[in-house]
Amino acid sequence: MSAREPFSSVTSSVVPLPRNDIDTDQIIPARFLKTVNRAGLGDQLFHDWRYLPDGTPNPDFILNRPEMAGRAVLLAGDNFGCGSSREHAPWALMAWGIRAVISSSFADIFRNNALKNGLLPIAVAPDVLERLFALVEADPAAPFTVDLEAQEMRLPDGSAIDFEVDSFARRMILDGTDELGYLLKLEPRIAAYEASHPARVSTLSVSPEA
Amino acid sequence: MKHDDSTSARPRTIVEKIWDDHVVALGTDGAPDVLGIDLHLVHEVTSPQAFDGLRERGLRVRRPGQTVATVDHSIPTTDRSLPIADEIAARQVSRLEENCREFGIPLHGIGSPHQGIVHVIGPELGLTQPGMTIVCGDSHTATHGAFGALAFGIGTTEVEHVLATQSLLQRRPKTFEVRVDGSLHPGVTAKDIILSLLSRIGIGGGTGHVFEYRGSAIRAVGMEGRMTICNMSIEGGARAGLVAPDDVTFEYLRARPHAPQGAGWEAAVDRWRRLPTDDGAQYDRSICFDAGELTPMVTYGTNPGMGFPITERIPDPSHLADANQRDSLRAALEYMALTPGEPILGKAIDVVFVGSCTNSRISDLREAARMIRGRRVAASVRMMVVPGSTEVKRQAEEEGLASIFREAGAEWREAGCSMCIAMNGDQLSPGQYSVSTSNRNFEGRQGKGGRTFLASPLTAVASAVTGRLSDPRALL
Repeated sequence: MSAREPFSSVTSSVVPLPRNDIDTDQIIPARFLKTVNRAGLGDQLFHDWRYLPDGTPNPDFILNRPEMAGRAVLLAGDNFGCGSSREHAPWALMAWGIRAVISSSFADIFRNNALKNGLLPIAVAPDVLERLFALVEADPAAPFTVDLEAQEMRLPDGSAIDFEVDSFARRMILDGTDELGYLLKLEPRIAAYEASHPARVSTLSVSPEA
Repeated sequence: MKHDDSTSARPRTIVEKIWDDHVVALGTDGAPDVLGIDLHLVHEVTSPQAFDGLRERGLRVRRPGQTVATVDHSIPTTDRSLPIADEIAARQVSRLEENCREFGIPLHGIGSPHQGIVHVIGPELGLTQPGMTIVCGDSHTATHGAFGALAFGIGTTEVEHVLATQSLLQRRPKTFEVRVDGSLHPGVTAKDIILSLLSRIGIGGGTGHVFEYRGSAIRAVGMEGRMTICNMSIEGGARAGLVAPDDVTFEYLRARPHAPQGAGWEAAVDRWRRLPTDDGAQYDRSICFDAGELTPMVTYGTNPGMGFPITERIPDPSHLADANQRDSLRAALEYMALTPGEPILGKAIDVVFVGSCTNSRISDLREAARMIRGRRVAASVRMMVVPGSTEVKRQAEEEGLASIFREAGAEWREAGCSMCIAMNGDQLSPGQYSVSTSNRNFEGRQGKGGRTFLASPLTAVASAVTGRLSDPRALL
């Protein structure tokens, strides 16, 4: 993927998932990682919470409520996305329709992977997160606006909350450009680095079948 | 080296030294630094979409000679002479073979004597060396930090970046000193050190940081013990964890196929000796504990931070003040079907898994074999021993370890990730309990509905022979 649609803000009702430490094995179980594609993972999102052992939707899981369809903001407990490095996690979230995840913290690899796909990981203070869950509980359909351009969240009670986001990733997402294009433009710098830093090993020097 | 101690007055940590030595371009105008990558490890699961990205842009792999691939995650650990029965897995493996052929990347595929878990074969081949930057589309890449390398997991988009440019956009991490002094008692191992750390700081405790493991207990556990510890850094939220190299490191590395030879070896060792953190260097955070106070550890919950000494009782959620923590523990105990206040010792188990990039190396298998020799796996238990690499398998068979496991009633299998990630059919049935030497006890990690107790190889063996979670110190 070279370029994608520029993205600056999203307004949507919220999917609340008040659970801490949601790991990537829950977001998308490992047995679905045998795919060689990025697309088509929306049906497997939160698979083992979402479906009963007989394969039918679990009526108690939030994502299966009819009114959740089309919602683009996920509100989740602390340390969202911990565990494996699978980029299938943000791919699955986005394939389902999520564009922003709000939590009090994100695992490092998940945050990187999300930003590289234009999925916004929005970290807020723990007390703010509690307040957001309370707002959603009071009015489950109330829309949140996550505005990347302004770096603020506008809430159903009329208030706004600023958030921090990696400035470089923000620029890339707003412009709809990607980081590989940026890196490729640095080719002369990479070549100069390589000239002064000889390779430490060569994987080609011993035959794989030796 | 671009920077060395003589040109830098400020004391630096090993992480800062490695970072400074690999800066391709310093970030300006809000951009991250561009970091050069010495070694890129590739496997079948997180790479196909990255190679597709290269093809879409008409790009080549910039440095095939700094890239190496193997198959580990989705391959069967049964008879390798048969085709892979799972068609989707077979397609993923053949896609990697095609990609490696097209882009000129050496592949240690099925049938190669060097095939194995990516984090086992890198060190085994001597590709993993001190002071390097090492990446892989796998969160357990920190394993290579045991050699004093800055090694971390990346996503598939970043895999594409490294394939295309041999570099990555990265923000400088914070540093977290983990000092473990004192000495371990018999029956207590490197795995117990890392499980204890995780129980102290929690699963997100190291987010944004790189762990540097230091102290006499870390020095004493040997290279494979250090790999076990560094391996689970991500379970504390840290993308990387490392140990400064020392004579133990050099001895382990010397004479491995890709290690520097002759005069190159001496020059490399000179360079590596300058890597350890300078006296007076500052860490952003520190924690310190004494190895002599540790006992065998086990997890009781659904993340690796939910662990305790095996002699303890299941904690009571109602005793927790924080509502979120209370809910998390309650959900975990419900999934694990454990009751607050009950002892974990004596809990009946169904499966024992010895394997994974955490604990599948030859020293792990030697330890496990020493304990199981002359004993039998309990009739109610299925025990699987899955060596980390084809080379570990060969060595274990040569040393007679494989027959010890077989005679005890354990399955001796081919190398791969196997039941650590349960992608290949090696999995728990719903409701089953395992004692596993792997790294994650998340819900469903070892099979949908399966329940995992993480522990050391010794605890795994002790539990296999009794059929119940058992303290290995009773069997020493």
